[in-house]
Amino acid sequence: MLEPLRFPGGVKPAAHKEESTRTPIRIAPLPPRLIVPLRQSAAGAATPLVSVGAKVRKGELIARPEGPYGVAVHAPTSGEVSAISPHVLPHPSGLPGLCIVIEADGEDLWREREPLDPDHAPPQVLLSRILDAGIVGLGGAAFPTHVKARAKISTLVINGAECEPWITCDDLLMRERAETIVAGARILARIMGAKRLLFGIEDNKPEAACALERALGELDCGSCAVVRVPTRYPAGGEKQLVYALTGIEIPYGKLGPDFGVQCFNVGTAYAVARAILYDEPLIARVVTLAGNFEAAGNFETLIGTPIEQLLPLAGEKPDTDRLVMGGPMMGFPLPSRAAPVVKATNCILAMSPSLFPPPPPEMPCIRCGACARSCPMLLAPYELYWYAKSKNFGKAQEYHLFDCIECGCCAYVCPAHIPLVDYYRYAKSEIRAREREKAAADAARARHEFRKFREEREKQEKAARLAAKAAETRAKLALAENAASTPMPRAEDDQAALIAAAQARIESQNTEKDR
Amino acid sequence: MPTSPHVFAAVSVRSIMLKVILALTPGLIAYLWFFGPVILVQIAIASCTALACEALMLKIRGKPLALFLGDGSALVTAWLVALTFPPIAPWWLTVLGVAIAIVIAKHLYGGLGQNPFNPAMVAFCAMIIAYPQLMSQWPKADANAFWPMLTAIFAPSREVDAIVMATPLDALRTILRDPEQRATIAGFLGTQASFGNIGGYGWEWIAMGYLLGGLWLIQQRVITWHIPVAFLATLAFIATGASWLDPERHVGASFHLFTGGAMLGAFFILTDPVSSAATPLGKLIYAAGAALLTWIIRSFGAYPDGIAFAVLLMNLCVPLIDMATQPRVFGWRKKS
Repeated sequence: MLEPLRFPGGVKPAAHKEESTRTPIRIAPLPPRLIVPLRQSAAGAATPLVSVGAKVRKGELIARPEGPYGVAVHAPTSGEVSAISPHVLPHPSGLPGLCIVIEADGEDLWREREPLDPDHAPPQVLLSRILDAGIVGLGGAAFPTHVKARAKISTLVINGAECEPWITCDDLLMRERAETIVAGARILARIMGAKRLLFGIEDNKPEAACALERALGELDCGSCAVVRVPTRYPAGGEKQLVYALTGIEIPYGKLGPDFGVQCFNVGTAYAVARAILYDEPLIARVVTLAGNFEAAGNFETLIGTPIEQLLPLAGEKPDTDRLVMGGPMMGFPLPSRAAPVVKATNCILAMSPSLFPPPPPEMPCIRCGACARSCPMLLAPYELYWYAKSKNFGKAQEYHLFDCIECGCCAYVCPAHIPLVDYYRYAKSEIRAREREKAAADAARARHEFRKFREEREKQEKAARLAAKAAETRAKLALAENAASTPMPRAEDDQAALIAAAQARIESQNTEKDR
Repeated sequence: MPTSPHVFAAVSVRSIMLKVILALTPGLIAYLWFFGPVILVQIAIASCTALACEALMLKIRGKPLALFLGDGSALVTAWLVALTFPPIAPWWLTVLGVAIAIVIAKHLYGGLGQNPFNPAMVAFCAMIIAYPQLMSQWPKADANAFWPMLTAIFAPSREVDAIVMATPLDALRTILRDPEQRATIAGFLGTQASFGNIGGYGWEWIAMGYLLGGLWLIQQRVITWHIPVAFLATLAFIATGASWLDPERHVGASFHLFTGGAMLGAFFILTDPVSSAATPLGKLIYAAGAALLTWIIRSFGAYPDGIAFAVLLMNLCVPLIDMATQPRVFGWRKKS
């Protein structure tokens, strides 16, 4: 039995998991219209392959991945593309993004599917299937899975910790579909050459842990283990879980594979298995509806389902004043109810003033150090706050601002109720903006200097050419003068020289243009 | 729009300050037992002054009155001034001390969270320099002498000879400076009315009360163990070492720990988060430095107790200590 290590810091907010685990995963009904964003994550852009009026089948590729971090987009159901237009996205910026709108025909008709043999297909083939299936990390960050799965590692960590309060989509997925998760984990392990497979689950999910153990037990899996980590937020943070399970500390700027380890969410492993075993691209996911609902629960939802159509399924209470996508520790307020479910949507948290009272008024920092004791990255949040507030960004970076994972522990425990994470986000974006500005200024200066250099060079070249031309003309004239038997009047002589010089100028200008 | 996190632990500056006041009560009860209700009079004077000064300064600085008056920080300062000043100090001395603490040491530096020095200790040092005699008149431990003590506080002419007695630290100093008594230092406890079983008479029980309240504060996670443990351990270590080297001149550890302001300082004054070091290692250095200074001032200085000066001197070092003791960040094996 592997004993998990204790990662530093952390907090224990009320879990509120029971509310949404009373009922099994329900299938959300097919909405009449699906709004599928082309950009499913910060990095993952895609180029549309269909045009308005096109008929698509369920699972058909409708947008091709763009660039190294691009993610493929598929039709969540069969129907007709009615628009490709900007639509509000579930993103904190509230900015609209290009979406493919599909009017469902109600048939839900699949395209042709070609399952792969997970044990015998070459790893490269499996990897390209993951790319084709548009799979991203389903824990919330939505980083493209094929990029992460390219690395060769020794230990594969599957993250079922689900440490955010209220969210239970991973819990129920593990309880109900453990075999598929294990199959997906084994596929990932095979692709990456991992010898060891570890599942990390918070110990407040005993049913899920047992289900995974049963699923593992049916297979002959020598170096696999389900590890129960003590329930303490953020146990499901990638760095925290990897440390708890392996003792490896991944610093800022490094990735798991640098240390021979990689981490995927259980939902991602599930999606990988569906893509390999059934050739189903990522077109649906389990979404927790929790908070201010009559019957909170989990719903298997098509990507692109407008969130406002999902809410009545759990019986949204009338006093809901805002919606958050994600959990209460790291989730962000949804800019609009019309935003669609995306691949990163793990939870819709409905908030009411009584359930989630607004923070008490902000007081000055008294340097009590509670933030530092709760910081899983061992930072000094009170110092970061001080430097961020005074816009001393250099100092903030010296105190490892960019190591901050924005988990929110510091702001949770702060007795002065300072929105600390906001200050760090602000400082980070300011620093990034300044770096961009500096890079742009450097580039502009380099361009300007090169232009000056080029103009100078061209001027010199032109002067040299003109001088050469003038000398030539003079030589010709001298020759003509000598050859002529009858001397010409002086004025005509001068005129001829001027004409020749003008012709030479025009000629040189013409050659200049041709360049 | 509010951003993450959307949930908050049930803790506030106010709850922390009220817990500190609650933790002072065991010591206060022992104080009442030995010195009678006069200390309550001092606490009342100090609290009223603190709230009035706080309200005035908040008004001048244009801060929300209700929010900051309710945070309890001024009350903690008031209690600490009352508990560190002589209980028979004239009322105006307490008022002046608290006013200096709140107006100068706190608000002129920027208010809550901004003061580099512990306000109560600034008050103590200012007053002991300005009024050394009044600040050195400590009463006998006599719970029944309430009226004479009250008269001492409020009467325009001060006649306190009947109720005043040398404090244990003063008595010790007298003994040490008297060549004839030197030989008896090893066994002086119990030879004079000032001394109790391990520290000063009465004061040792008050110190026990502070110790109890302080341990509760650690259990409640209002303070961490670092400062009290480092302070008390260092003070005990130095005192033990010195008395072992020169038993005729130096008194042992238990006397140092259970007299004067050692316990109050260890758990309630040095641990003031605003003016103390904040990193774990920094707290150890800060508290150890304060213990060393306390022992030096007590042993060789002119003032009866060294806590207040030691605290202020270490407050000065806090930015440097914190800067030099930043802990290793997760994933960074070496500081880089």
